[in-house]
Amino acid sequence: MTPQLIVILAVFAPLLGAAVAGLAGWKIGDRASMAVTTALLFFACGLGWLTFFQVVGGHWPAFTTILARFIDIGAFQSAWSLRIDSLSAVMLVVVTTVSALVHLYSWGYMAEDEHKPRFFAYLSLFTFFMLALVTAADFMQLFFGWEGVGLASYLLIGFWYKKPSANAAAIKAFVVNRVGDFGFALGIMTVFWAFGSIRFADIFPQVAAHADLAWNFAGRSWRLMDLACVLLFIGAMGKSAQFLLHTWLPDAMEGPTPVSALIHAATMVTAGVYMVCLLSPMYEYAPAAKALVTVVGAITALFAATVGLAQNDIKRVIAYSTCSQLGYMFFGAGVGAYSAAMFHLFTHAFFKALLFLGAGSVIVAMHHEQDMRSMGALWRRIPVTYAVMLVGTLSITGVGIPYLDVGLSGFYSKDSLINAAFAAAPGSLSATFAFIIGVVAAGLTSFYSWRLVFMTFHGHAKWGGGHATPAHDDTAHGHDGGHGPLEPHESPPVMLVPLLILALGAAFAGGIFVDNFIGPERGQFWRGALFTAPTNHVLAAHHLPVWVALAPLAATALGLAIAWWTYIRHEGLGAAIAARRGPVWRFLYNKWYFDEIYHAVFVRGAEWLGDLFWKGGDKAIIDGFGPDGVSRLSYAAGRATGRLQTGYVYHYAFVMLLGVAGLLSFALWAFGR
Amino acid sequence: MLTLITFLPMLGVAAILITRQFAGDQEGQDQTARIIALATTLAVLALSVLLVVQFRISESGFQFTETYAWFAGLNYRMGVDGISVLFVLLTAFLMPLCVVASWRSVTNRVVEYMIAFLVLESLVIGVFCALDLIVFYLFFEGQLIPMFLIIGIWGGQNRVYAAFKFFLYTLLGSVLMLAAILAMIGIAHTSSIPALMAYHFPASIQTWLWLAFFASFAVKLPMWPVHTWLPDAHVEAPTAGSVILAGILLKMGGYGFLRFSLPMFPQASVLFTPLIFALSVIAIVYTSLVAFRQTDMKKLIAYSSVAHMGFVTLGIFSGNLLGEQGALFQMLSHGVISGALFLCVGVVYDRMHTREIAFYGGLVNRMPIYAAVFMLFTMGNVGLPGTSGFVGEITALTGAYGAATWAAIIGSTGVILSAVYALTLYRRITFGELVNPALAAIGDLGRREALIFAPLMLATLAIGLQPALVFHITTASAEHLVAAYRTATGR
Repeated sequence: MTPQLIVILAVFAPLLGAAVAGLAGWKIGDRASMAVTTALLFFACGLGWLTFFQVVGGHWPAFTTILARFIDIGAFQSAWSLRIDSLSAVMLVVVTTVSALVHLYSWGYMAEDEHKPRFFAYLSLFTFFMLALVTAADFMQLFFGWEGVGLASYLLIGFWYKKPSANAAAIKAFVVNRVGDFGFALGIMTVFWAFGSIRFADIFPQVAAHADLAWNFAGRSWRLMDLACVLLFIGAMGKSAQFLLHTWLPDAMEGPTPVSALIHAATMVTAGVYMVCLLSPMYEYAPAAKALVTVVGAITALFAATVGLAQNDIKRVIAYSTCSQLGYMFFGAGVGAYSAAMFHLFTHAFFKALLFLGAGSVIVAMHHEQDMRSMGALWRRIPVTYAVMLVGTLSITGVGIPYLDVGLSGFYSKDSLINAAFAAAPGSLSATFAFIIGVVAAGLTSFYSWRLVFMTFHGHAKWGGGHATPAHDDTAHGHDGGHGPLEPHESPPVMLVPLLILALGAAFAGGIFVDNFIGPERGQFWRGALFTAPTNHVLAAHHLPVWVALAPLAATALGLAIAWWTYIRHEGLGAAIAARRGPVWRFLYNKWYFDEIYHAVFVRGAEWLGDLFWKGGDKAIIDGFGPDGVSRLSYAAGRATGRLQTGYVYHYAFVMLLGVAGLLSFALWAFGR
Repeated sequence: MLTLITFLPMLGVAAILITRQFAGDQEGQDQTARIIALATTLAVLALSVLLVVQFRISESGFQFTETYAWFAGLNYRMGVDGISVLFVLLTAFLMPLCVVASWRSVTNRVVEYMIAFLVLESLVIGVFCALDLIVFYLFFEGQLIPMFLIIGIWGGQNRVYAAFKFFLYTLLGSVLMLAAILAMIGIAHTSSIPALMAYHFPASIQTWLWLAFFASFAVKLPMWPVHTWLPDAHVEAPTAGSVILAGILLKMGGYGFLRFSLPMFPQASVLFTPLIFALSVIAIVYTSLVAFRQTDMKKLIAYSSVAHMGFVTLGIFSGNLLGEQGALFQMLSHGVISGALFLCVGVVYDRMHTREIAFYGGLVNRMPIYAAVFMLFTMGNVGLPGTSGFVGEITALTGAYGAATWAAIIGSTGVILSAVYALTLYRRITFGELVNPALAAIGDLGRREALIFAPLMLATLAIGLQPALVFHITTASAEHLVAAYRTATGR
């Protein structure tokens, strides 16, 4: 088989699965739908890894296969194509691996659901769109995949369509992403008119020569490359839930937990990071845009981590954690450490999918309870889940020993981002900012991650003995009503096996691949897929001060200590702080009030404007002075001269015919002269 | 060939009138009329497909031309180019679907109804094929009459008001356009459209002629602020009437700009481009927000049509190839998608006889196939890549960007707003619990309804994934149009 064929099979196998389960699922039944989609996903995953090793090993040169034409107007040419290089190969394995494991896991998690074929069809469809996104060779296919994953996300967030909150969250996700896509689309248009092409291969070689061009946009003159990259980054902010466009991600937890793991943690939300890295040949010539990426990433890393401190819903904590980790990736890319950003994307996919699926296992054990205040002491009941969650937590908090270079996956990737920010800091305010925040947020990450573990698995059990579960808006779908005394139980093997595999990745993937992604072998690994300007040396700096290497670790230790103090040593202290409802706690618990502000400004604003235009503009002004006014006038005139307005349609039609005839006669008369 | 396609529906009318005498009772007459109407529209469709197949894509000029001397020195001229030929196909494509959609939902005066539709088809196709100003004008105004009757006789409760409003607006436009037509003939001494396209009107006169044509096309399209007839007309029109109104009649405005305003009055077009852009972006933002607040399904979709036509006018007056192609594509795509959306409304209206959004909710529980179909067209309306809606929007907006970035910026907010109103509508109708007891027994799509939607779904996806199917045919003429426009305006 040729490389081209292998990649084609890998990309289209999930689409085939989606078609079978989606269109024929009602006929072939639940088990067949699940089996077909899952088998095809594992097949794609195998081909994905094969492709990955062949490409990064240099056995296959990077290639682009054109399958068919897409939009083709003059210079605006795009094609359905598969572009494979080290960068897309990394995404290929991340997407297919997590997706295959999530498919498998869903056999257990969705066992009681009535709509299994639909669920698996959506999951597979998502995977296809994501693969179309990462293999795009031009902006149109990139946008196709980009909005396609948005559609799949919308469908899966709203999967339990009877829940109003799920429907609202689905629309919110789609609309907020559209706000990002608004910028993305304008970015594409800018690139097209500047370079006369939307194909990456045509654009990248021209960037250096055109970057400084003055570009008129919205009545102002801008530096071309900064403008284009900022607009494109707005798209990335939407998709990757960065500060200001982040509000949809926590709400997206309304979807089933496997969806949260696949789409809202490991793959789709990292598409923004992927895009910035893919467009590194452009971003390298856009210093202002890079600074913006850095600052927005850093702010998100901090903001989301602070909100995560005060949440009680286990999935929401992890959702904010995802938001925060994406911020890390962005500031890494912003300071020019694209390979480090991709490395963190890679390891994050493992440990975050692990944490989410682990949380799903907890939720199943608790009979669809998601409030951590009702948990506690679960480690004895669900020991395997507990063990893998520990691995995930150690990984996300970046535990490791700096000078021995031993640690869990997150240790390598997160430290490389913080170190890159430090290396870029001299002379760069944004990088300095990112470095400081990177360290602080590491401490916060540690606190909320351990808080989650302690509240869930340690302390006293809050679920036994007639303790009423507090009603809250995150309780899951229909079939968990009316359970008797809760007996938490370990999940079935079909759920535990994916967890164990992901735990291996969360523990070792970093150590195995560190030299390839960001170490001395990175040149042979990336093979030119990531571009760094000749002046960009963020990864070259190897002699960092001792305190820089130790600072994140110290912050992590501090976060762990405080979490232990608040939730183990003095169990109940955390609840007591929350019960006081102090201003800081309320500010964090209410997510800095973004939802309230956005609702007041945008939702209410749109409603108000819509009503104003409709009732004031259309009805009162346009109709009032237009047809209705004329009608009143003619009615008055009609009353005076007799009853012209009889109300019969035929009469109007007759008058109309008369009019046409009259006009025609006039025409003939005029023409005859 | 074109004459045959244009007047074949008239033959159908004759057949209906003749067979009526022999069909016996009312029931028999109605059924015969339906069958003849369907057969006729299918025959027109077959001929239109043949027309497109035989169309030579490398030529930019008019093809299948026919010229006959008429009377009083007038010529009857017909012909199509890459800009008009697909509108003929679109009309022929939607008409049989309309007949099938009306199969059971229209029970009153069926014979007259089918005749009205056949006459309408004939006149509409004539509009797109006419190559003589006078002939064009006759078709252009003539099609108002059957449409007026369709709304006025088979419409809803408020049909007289709607029909009157429709008439009043359109009349205003037509009078001015007729005056302009007469002036043009007086100056150029010809009524041949190809000859007029080559004729160079003095710039000062162009301004007046442009404005007169603009009055007519802006009402037809419709552009803000002369759009308020559309929501009323749609609400009152029967389902098939809405399909034709949104699917084809609106496109005559855009077609008019492409056929007359740009090639015949290029200087004036450049002069008024800022005005058009301003009205377009106002239409996009304003009507999208109004759509968001509607409580009537049809009104919501009608307002969304106005917003989508905003992309069309942005594209047309961008004066570059991308914009023209995008506008053309957007018109065809909107013809399919909005037609399908009105049919989606018709499905539930036929069952429940209300268009109130609040009445519905949770339909997916009872109508999963309907929910899937409606989702596809909602996504088309939102402009999701993969559907035809995306291709038209992105190319028209990119074209507009080339002419004025601010127009593209404000216009692009439409992609956000369309998601807001379209997804909200979808959610209110299909998602949630089925709470209204009246809906407890509502049935899913029947075979006849599925038959209507299948070709529409296929068309949306086919040209959405392979836009070349359309661009292939339009490219030569669009390139010619842009080149001539550039030369004339020196841009």
